[in-house]
Amino acid sequence: MASMSSLQYTEERPFKVIVAKLGLDGHDRGAKVIARALKDAGFEVVYTGIRQTPEQVARAAIEEDADVIGVSILSGAHIHHVRLLMEKLSEMGGSDIPVVVGGTIPIVDVDELKRLGVRDVFLPGESLGRIVDVVRKLAEEKRRAELSGG
Amino acid sequence: MGTIFNEDEVKKIGEKAEQWKVVTLKQWVERLPERQESFTTLSDISIKEVYTPADIPNFSYEEKLGMPGEYPFTRGIHATMYRARLWTMRMFSGYGGPEETNKRLKFLIEHGETGLSLAFDYPTLVGVDPDDPMAEGEVGIVGVSVPSVVDMDVVFNGIDMSKVTTNMTINPPAPALLAFYVAVAEKQGVPYTQIGGTTQNDPLKEFMAQKSYVFPPEPAVKVAMDLIEWSVKNLPKWNPISISGYHIREAGATAVQELAFTLADGIEYVRQLKNRGLDVDSFAPRLSFFFDAHINFFEEIAKFRAARRMWAKIMRDWFGAKNPRSWWLRFHTQTAGVSLTAQQPWNNIVRTAIEALAAVLGGTQSLHTNSFDEPFRVPSEFAAKIALRTQQIIAYETGVADTIDPLAGSYYVEWLTDEVEERAWKYIDKIEGMGGMLEAVKKGFPQREIADAAYKFQKDVDEGRRFIVGVNVFAENEVEDIRKVPLLEFDQQETERRQKQRIAQVRSMRDQQRWARSLDELRRAAEKGENIMPYVLNAAKAYATLGEIMNTLKEVYGVYVEPPIY
Repeated sequence: MASMSSLQYTEERPFKVIVAKLGLDGHDRGAKVIARALKDAGFEVVYTGIRQTPEQVARAAIEEDADVIGVSILSGAHIHHVRLLMEKLSEMGGSDIPVVVGGTIPIVDVDELKRLGVRDVFLPGESLGRIVDVVRKLAEEKRRAELSGG
Repeated sequence: MGTIFNEDEVKKIGEKAEQWKVVTLKQWVERLPERQESFTTLSDISIKEVYTPADIPNFSYEEKLGMPGEYPFTRGIHATMYRARLWTMRMFSGYGGPEETNKRLKFLIEHGETGLSLAFDYPTLVGVDPDDPMAEGEVGIVGVSVPSVVDMDVVFNGIDMSKVTTNMTINPPAPALLAFYVAVAEKQGVPYTQIGGTTQNDPLKEFMAQKSYVFPPEPAVKVAMDLIEWSVKNLPKWNPISISGYHIREAGATAVQELAFTLADGIEYVRQLKNRGLDVDSFAPRLSFFFDAHINFFEEIAKFRAARRMWAKIMRDWFGAKNPRSWWLRFHTQTAGVSLTAQQPWNNIVRTAIEALAAVLGGTQSLHTNSFDEPFRVPSEFAAKIALRTQQIIAYETGVADTIDPLAGSYYVEWLTDEVEERAWKYIDKIEGMGGMLEAVKKGFPQREIADAAYKFQKDVDEGRRFIVGVNVFAENEVEDIRKVPLLEFDQQETERRQKQRIAQVRSMRDQQRWARSLDELRRAAEKGENIMPYVLNAAKAYATLGEIMNTLKEVYGVYVEPPIY
C-alpha cells in the first residue's frame, strides 16, 4: 500500500485523472471506489457521473488537460463505446491521453480493447493497488512525453 | 411477556461463560492462537467465540418470535411455509430481442422454474427506444429489448399468461411496461383478476443504487405511487412494487444498511399512499420486498428474520394496519452478484448455493440464483440451468425445507437477529429525523453511506482483512482456463438492427390520430397531476412506444442529473 500513499512526480501540479462512465450503464460502485482510491493516492480526480457519451468524455479530458482517462463499463457495451471514445479523442486532438478500461469484460474482449489503443484493462477482482500503480505509470509517461516533446 | 430463561439459571450460565473465557479458553488460546485478531460480519458486527443464553437473557419467545404465520412473523409469514409450497424459483432472464428471450423463458419453464422474471436491456431500463442515439450499441445486451406492446407480445408468444406470474425489473418506465403486459394479457383473454406478477417500481433506491433513474425524486415517487394506486384497484393479484434492498447491497451497502434503507423506503411509500387518502389495509398487503443473499451466512439469515419482525411492527404499530396481511413482509431474494469472481469462476456455483441456502433458511418467498458465468456476461443456458438446479437440490434433497425456521433458538442466530435489528432501527431513526427517505435521498445521505461502505470493503480486501478465494487467497494464474468458460453468444448488432426495424414498423402501421391523441391526453393528465396509469395504458394500446411515452412524461416532470458522490 506504500505505493498508494506517495505520489510526488512533479512539483507543479498533481496528476489528473478522468474517471468516466460511458453509455447507459448505472453500475457506479467500481468507478466511485477507484475515484476515491486515486484521490487518496494524491491524484486529482474528475468523476464524470453516469451516462456519458464518448464525445463528452473526450471533451472533458482535453479541457481538463487530463493525464489519464479511466473508463468503467459493466453493461457489456465496452467495445462499442470505447471504439467511439478513441475515435473522438483522435478527432479532437487528445490521442496522447492514455485510456484504461475496467468492468465486467470477458477476457476475449481484452485483446480487442488493446487493439483499439486501450493501455490496460482491469477485470473483476483487480486490486486498487495495481490500478493506482498502472495509472501513475501512464501519467508519468505522458508528462515525460510532454516535457521531451515540448 | 415472560422470558424463556429462568433468571437465576441465566445468571449462572453467564458467570460460567465468563469463567470459561478467563480460564479454559485462555489456556487454549495460549497454545492455539485464534486465526484472526477479531471476527466480524460484513456489517462489522463483532462476533464472540461462543453464544449462550446469557447473550439473550431476557429473550421473550412471544415478543421476539411467535409462531409461523403469526405476529411478529420472525419465523415466517405463512403457517405452512415450505411444507405446503416451496418458494417460487424465479430466474431473472432476458437478452437480445423478444425472440431470444421467449426461447429462454420456455427453456427455464421446461426445466422446472416456477415463476418468470424479465431482465430488460439498458435502453428499456431508462426508457429510450432502440433507434434513439443513446441506445446505440446497448440493445439487447444486459436484458431483453421491449420498447412496445408488439415486442411484449413476442416475449409471451406461446406462454399462457393466466398460468404464470412475471416479475419485471423496471423502474421509471414501469407504467409503460405494465401497460404492455396488461395489453398482451388482455389479448390472450386473461381477465384482470388473473394477471399476476410484480413491477419493481421502486424509485427511491434508484438514486442510491441501480441508477436507472429518469425523473427527479419527487415526480419519480409520484409516478410509482400512481402505478400502485391503479394496480391495487384494478389488478388484485399484482405486486405493484418490490421495495428493493438488492441493488443497495450490490452498490456496497452492508447488511444492516440494506435492511434499514429498504424499510425506510417502504415507510416513505406507505406515507405517500396514505397521504393520497388510501386506507393502509387497501394497499399494504400488495407491497413486496426484494433482498440480497450475500455470502456471510448467518448475518444474512438474521437480516431476513429481523426484516419481517421490523416491518410487522412498523405496519401494525406505526401505521395502524388492521389486516394481518398488511403486516407481512413478503420478499424475493437474489444471491449476491458482487460476491461472484471472474477468477476460478466455477467456484461461483458453490457461493451461489451457500447464499441460496441462507435465503431459504431466512424464509424467502421467491428466489433467483445467479449463474457462475455472470462476472463475464449474461448467463448461458448451461450456466442458468445449473443455477436453477441448485435451488432444486436445496428444495428436494437437503431437507432444510421440511421444518420451519430451523435456526430459531440458536443463541447466536437470535442474538445476531436482535443486533442487526437494533442497528437498523438506529439508521431508520436517523432517516426519520431527516424527514423520511425522500428527504434523506435528496440530501445524499444513503448515497454517501453506501459509497463509504463500498470503499471500506475494497480496502479490506486489498489489505487482506477480508478473504475472497481465488482473488486474494488461493489465487492461480489461470488466464487460459478462464478463456475456456463457454459464454452466451448472440449477434448483438443483428438484434439491434431487428429491433430498430420493428419499432419503425410499429410507428408506420398504427392509427396516427389515435396515437397522437393518446400521448396528448397523457401529457395533459400528467400536467394536471392526475393518475397517469390509465393514460399510459391507453397510449400503449394505441402503439405508442416506450420512448414516446417516456419523452412525453419527461417534458412534464423533467430529468434528474445526479450530483456525483464518491
